[in-house]
Amino acid sequence: SCTRAAQAQQDGVAAAAVLSLPQPHTSAGLTEEQKEFQKVALDFAAKEMAPHMAEWDEKEIFPVETMRKAAQLGFGGIYVKPDVGGSGLSRLDTSIIFEALSTGCTSTTAYMSIHNMCAWMIDTFGNEEQRHRFCPSLCSMEKFASYCLTEPGSGSDAASLLTSAKRKGDTYVLNGSKAFISGGGDTDVYVVMCRTGGPGPKGISCVVLEKGTPGLSFGKKEKKVGWNSQPTRAVIFEDCVVPVGNRLGAEGQGFNIAMKGLNGGRINIASCSLGAAHASVLLAQEHLTVRKQFGEPLASNQYLQFRLAEMATRLVAARLMVRNAARALQDGREDAAVLCSMAKLFATDECFAVCNQALQMHGGYGYLKDYAVQQFVRDIRVHQILEGTNEVMRMIVARNLLQG
Amino acid sequence: MAALRVLVGVKRVIDFAVKVRVMPGGQGVQTEGVKHSMNPFCEIALEEAVRLRERGGAAEVIAAAVGTSKCQETLRTALAMGADRAVLAEVAAGAEVGPREVAAVLAELARKHRADLVLLGKQAIDDDCNQTGQMVAALLDWPQGTFASQLELEEGGAAVRVQREVDGGLETLRLRLPAVVTADLRLNEPRYATLPNIMKAKKKPLEVVAAAELGGAPNPRLKVLGVSEPPGRQGGVRVDDVPALVAQLRQSGCV
Repeated sequence: SCTRAAQAQQDGVAAAAVLSLPQPHTSAGLTEEQKEFQKVALDFAAKEMAPHMAEWDEKEIFPVETMRKAAQLGFGGIYVKPDVGGSGLSRLDTSIIFEALSTGCTSTTAYMSIHNMCAWMIDTFGNEEQRHRFCPSLCSMEKFASYCLTEPGSGSDAASLLTSAKRKGDTYVLNGSKAFISGGGDTDVYVVMCRTGGPGPKGISCVVLEKGTPGLSFGKKEKKVGWNSQPTRAVIFEDCVVPVGNRLGAEGQGFNIAMKGLNGGRINIASCSLGAAHASVLLAQEHLTVRKQFGEPLASNQYLQFRLAEMATRLVAARLMVRNAARALQDGREDAAVLCSMAKLFATDECFAVCNQALQMHGGYGYLKDYAVQQFVRDIRVHQILEGTNEVMRMIVARNLLQG
Repeated sequence: MAALRVLVGVKRVIDFAVKVRVMPGGQGVQTEGVKHSMNPFCEIALEEAVRLRERGGAAEVIAAAVGTSKCQETLRTALAMGADRAVLAEVAAGAEVGPREVAAVLAELARKHRADLVLLGKQAIDDDCNQTGQMVAALLDWPQGTFASQLELEEGGAAVRVQREVDGGLETLRLRLPAVVTADLRLNEPRYATLPNIMKAKKKPLEVVAAAELGGAPNPRLKVLGVSEPPGRQGGVRVDDVPALVAQLRQSGCV
């Protein structure tokens, strides 16, 4: 709206207004309702996030108030059921929303997607008591969540995790540590995969615990290349006692819960990459028309025209992969998990290349922190690594192809 | 307690952030494939109406638009922002509709729905006419409070107090209802539609009627002779020092 944009422009971010315009192909094939969701998310991103993304990155601010504003619009539990405060939308709706929000700040949106994933896991695998205990405050973002799977000794080989949960009466006693936990130390609710049984995936269970539980502590805040609007810390359990009533699902079901969460998580992270790439293409487009060299705007240069065309083409291809996977997941198709892996692999790789190319088109300016494009590059670099490295994505697809 | 019915006119315009391009031939601007949104001042008017209902002053908010069938998306946004129902007075694609036709339709809808208050944006950002609200008031013979920066419903619900931004400062008028009020920038900050409200909007009634049936048949009496971009920026002149600058300013009559 005019009033919000007037302020955004005063903040010196004219680009923010441009970012609130979906290009025709981002809305292609969407229902009227989905276009409304996209519009709200783009408006929110342009006004509430884009003017602050550089500051949040530089000062490493976890933008709690902004995320709570987003939650008021329904973005705290987008695919969580309405009876516990969620918005009850589909995976495709969710992808569209995260892609749009990501144009405002990719790092913050990526954290929001992790939060949403945790809320969904409790909603889906928790019993009624657990759902009503945890989900409403997560959907409103009164409380924030973290997903705890990775450990210092187990990243790609997630099923070899060592954090133990020894049964003692009607409690589990947790010992071990998790690494690289997004939100760790600042968030309130921790969804933790831990070993209650023997080795391998079948010995893993999923428990939920809250900050303040005795025996739960955190490592130092990591210094990262990007994702600086969300803190990353180790999460440490030392004889940390958790009631059995905090376990989601059955003993031994934890790995399955974790992987099911990640299917959606991969679509969400890929969607965040799409948003960053979309924003970067718009920024490059703008720069090419404004910057002149050799007496002409850069946009007159055929090489750059062709590169821009390639970037846009790769972005559309990536978007189709992601939306296709989202549809497969929400329809419960057999090949959904494989499609999610393919989409995550393809989109995160392609979008990083697109953002990187956009930075190159900015020349020296692209390397300055005054220009947003470098932050999109830094923020999405990690999407090729977390929620399953792109190498693990290849493992999943290959196994699926060769097992038949 | 007051149970006012509020009619809000909303217009679908080219989004403020779009770089508008003149069509070759100079007969208009490019609208095909260009992003359109609800006029920002209409958003403010709608927000005020919804707040009135939330505070208990109004019972129903009806959003209305005059235009092609594409205006339905604008009306859906109005419903998502909190309007209870919507009416589209449809015209054929390409038909020219101006403030007079829109005012006729809104006046007819105000009569039909027994509105107590008609809220509009002060002007649209595409044509900047700033006429429709005033014309509606004239057609209905109702009092008008234009350029509203504050709107208060009086106890008993028989009148409103409108604070207006005028050249001399702020002016407050008391208008007996029914009345027409047009919204200025500082009246409020419109809300974002929430996801649940967007979904609820689908179920709210959106009626489509031919504009002619409501007295809004297109009857253009103005002809656009040409549209062109403003002249490009002229180069400046470099001077060597402040005295030279002052001399230049004096010479060009600026000082």
